[in-house]
Amino acid sequence: MTAATAIRHLLDVDEWSLNDIQHLLEIAETLRGWSDPAALRSLLRGAVVVTLFYENSTRTRVSFELAAKTLGADVVNISASASSVTKGETIRDTVNTLDALGANIIVMRHEHSGAPNTAARWSKSSIINAGDGWRAHPSQALLDLLTLQSIFGSVAGKKIVIAGDIVHSRVARSNIYTLTTAGAEVILCGPPTMLPKTFAAAYPDRKVSVTFSIEEALARADAVMALRIQKERMTGGALPSLREYRQYFGLTADRMQAYAHLPILHPGPMNEGVELDPEVAHGAQSYVEHQVANGPFVRMAILLWAARKDDALLNMVRLANTTGGAEA
Amino acid sequence: MTEIQTPHILWVRGGRMIDPSQDYDMPGDILLEDGAVLASGNPADIAAQAQAKKSAGAQIEEIILSADLCVAPGLIDAHTHLREPGFEIKETIYSGAKAAARGGYTTVCSMPNTSPVTDSRSVVAQIIAAAHNAAIRVLPIGAITRGQEGLQLTEMYELAEAGGIAFSDDGKPVRSGAMMSMALNYALPLYLPIINHCEDPDIVGGGVMNSGPAAIRLGLKGWPSSGEVIMLQRDLELVRGIGARYHAAHLSAAGSVEAVRRAKDAGLRVTAEVTPHHLLLTDEWVEGHAGGILAEYAQHARMPQFNTNAKVNPPLRSAKDAEAVLQGLLDGVIDIVATDHAPHGVTDKYCSFDEAAFGISGIETSLSMLLTLARLRNIPLKTMIAAASTKPAEVFQLARHTRLPIGTLRAGAAADVVIFNPNERYTVRAEEFLSLGKNTPLDGAELAGKVKMTIYGGAIVWEDAHFNRRPQA
Repeated sequence: MTAATAIRHLLDVDEWSLNDIQHLLEIAETLRGWSDPAALRSLLRGAVVVTLFYENSTRTRVSFELAAKTLGADVVNISASASSVTKGETIRDTVNTLDALGANIIVMRHEHSGAPNTAARWSKSSIINAGDGWRAHPSQALLDLLTLQSIFGSVAGKKIVIAGDIVHSRVARSNIYTLTTAGAEVILCGPPTMLPKTFAAAYPDRKVSVTFSIEEALARADAVMALRIQKERMTGGALPSLREYRQYFGLTADRMQAYAHLPILHPGPMNEGVELDPEVAHGAQSYVEHQVANGPFVRMAILLWAARKDDALLNMVRLANTTGGAEA
Repeated sequence: MTEIQTPHILWVRGGRMIDPSQDYDMPGDILLEDGAVLASGNPADIAAQAQAKKSAGAQIEEIILSADLCVAPGLIDAHTHLREPGFEIKETIYSGAKAAARGGYTTVCSMPNTSPVTDSRSVVAQIIAAAHNAAIRVLPIGAITRGQEGLQLTEMYELAEAGGIAFSDDGKPVRSGAMMSMALNYALPLYLPIINHCEDPDIVGGGVMNSGPAAIRLGLKGWPSSGEVIMLQRDLELVRGIGARYHAAHLSAAGSVEAVRRAKDAGLRVTAEVTPHHLLLTDEWVEGHAGGILAEYAQHARMPQFNTNAKVNPPLRSAKDAEAVLQGLLDGVIDIVATDHAPHGVTDKYCSFDEAAFGISGIETSLSMLLTLARLRNIPLKTMIAAASTKPAEVFQLARHTRLPIGTLRAGAAADVVIFNPNERYTVRAEEFLSLGKNTPLDGAELAGKVKMTIYGGAIVWEDAHFNRRPQA
């Protein structure tokens, strides 16, 4: 370990430049085109990747686990239920323990916004934020951008609608950063209880706007990202019913007939029949499976970046290309 | 054989005396004897009195100040959390009093959210007993309801007799309007204020920082200012009917200033306080940006994103709110500055923002913050001293509770004095705090104005390491 190099944490994408983002997506694309599993497994051989999930998740955790294993890392999965917090172990204790046990990268999911920052403050390992509270979900936003770039080439100038429970969404927040940095315009749509009209004012230097009309949003959209509507929002008073949400904001089969060309994304898990109808979720315009498939490549890229092996990979590719090797 | 002890007299001379109670701000000396102010004011007059005392055989110790040092009545904090009994890992009466002395305070009013809650005669007595060993004066505030639970009134008459100077369920607002009405009524014969921490729990419901752009960006639950204004307006309407003495704790919102302004215009007996942090800091501090008036001073402050040391209740608000509460203070709508000194241990702050405790350890930086604000906004120092000493004594009628008057340097007042340099710029170091709570968002920030010496009851209880007393040759 070189003492002089700072630990690479991925806490949020708010300060990532377009170059940072494209570098990472380039690695992800390279990995997708790579066909030498043995070479990949050498990249993180001997490294210990811990998935530390304080909140339930299937797809994100599995996606990171597959990514780590593909790169040859040893993976330890920890489901830290809320009970370990009430037992009194602090985030600081937990990361200190994992460091002492030899962790190199900690992939962390937590129900509190900013918890990965707390971990990073005490950790000698790289902290990768796999979703914290309402605040950030960097790997999701990066794979969403990768998916959109595979559709459009570049998202510059494209209008991307994010529809749903924006105020409680870490996916929306991280996408605002990555999409606008990549030159897209973000149109947020939802009922005002889920999207305060002042929301866009929090991003004064970015192209973000708010509408309460899904019709208006769709009329302007180049692509639509629907977010999960959580059932507990009704008891909180934000929604009278899922039925009314579907009727006024949902990507219903009826509503989407006029927009059959529009790419649809969803970070999952989906509530089919609420934010989008099954016909839309599984129809020709849906890119949901592309998003899921892109997940491990983006997460491999993140792990390589964190381990400072991103350049090693690119060198490996260059070498393979010049010797006419692996990619043939 | 017994001998009458030579009277010990302290002569603080050469400085600029600021005593709002006498509308005095010019070169002035003071003579302190037997724990009281013997005389204060015009240096020539004081010198004459000192000579007379000397001729009569008195021992006089001189503290000679350079002309830019200020001498003022010891500060009075109407809102201090001393944590004892119950949370001695965060603060004790002893450590909190030392911290207060370092901050220039000679009197603090301790909040009742102890464990057990200060809701009985015995807890009040325990605090008063522990305060005998403390560096400064501690005046306990009793709870409004038993266990601060909002269900049953405390034995207020007995609490008052035991030494309670006001009532508050601080930290736990009196949720029921009916209960608040009972409390205001029941306390009428005591002429002691009922203090409320205004926070409508239904509106605030778990909010952790000010509702605004920073909360949106951070993905943290907002605590809107309406949650403060609505409960304050409820209380003010109750006071209108009952005619009770009511004091609003730590107002943070522009709307609250307007509500109190209207109430005072209508002649209600209400008073209000603001903290130094709500005057100088904004919600951007939570995000790791030194917003507000201190931006230039805080360039080197330790400012992480999700800064738990900037988590406080009520939360740091917008620059507009900070401006409004300052205007309220300058207009006299807000009567006093109180610290809401809320020390916490490291585990209370080294956690996620949602889990972190609310509170700022503020008593050691309070005067420096006020002096910095005075400098930045050209506010007379006398205004700040009035807000932090003279007016708290008046608002809480503290002369009823102390042997000698406080918050003034008039002859006959308690010998409680703070000496400070309004021009000395220094860097705040949390690790230097005498409070057990190192939880300050100002760690690493600079402030202009430093306490050099604190005198309580005629005894020096704090002296800055870099203070040159220039003892008499």
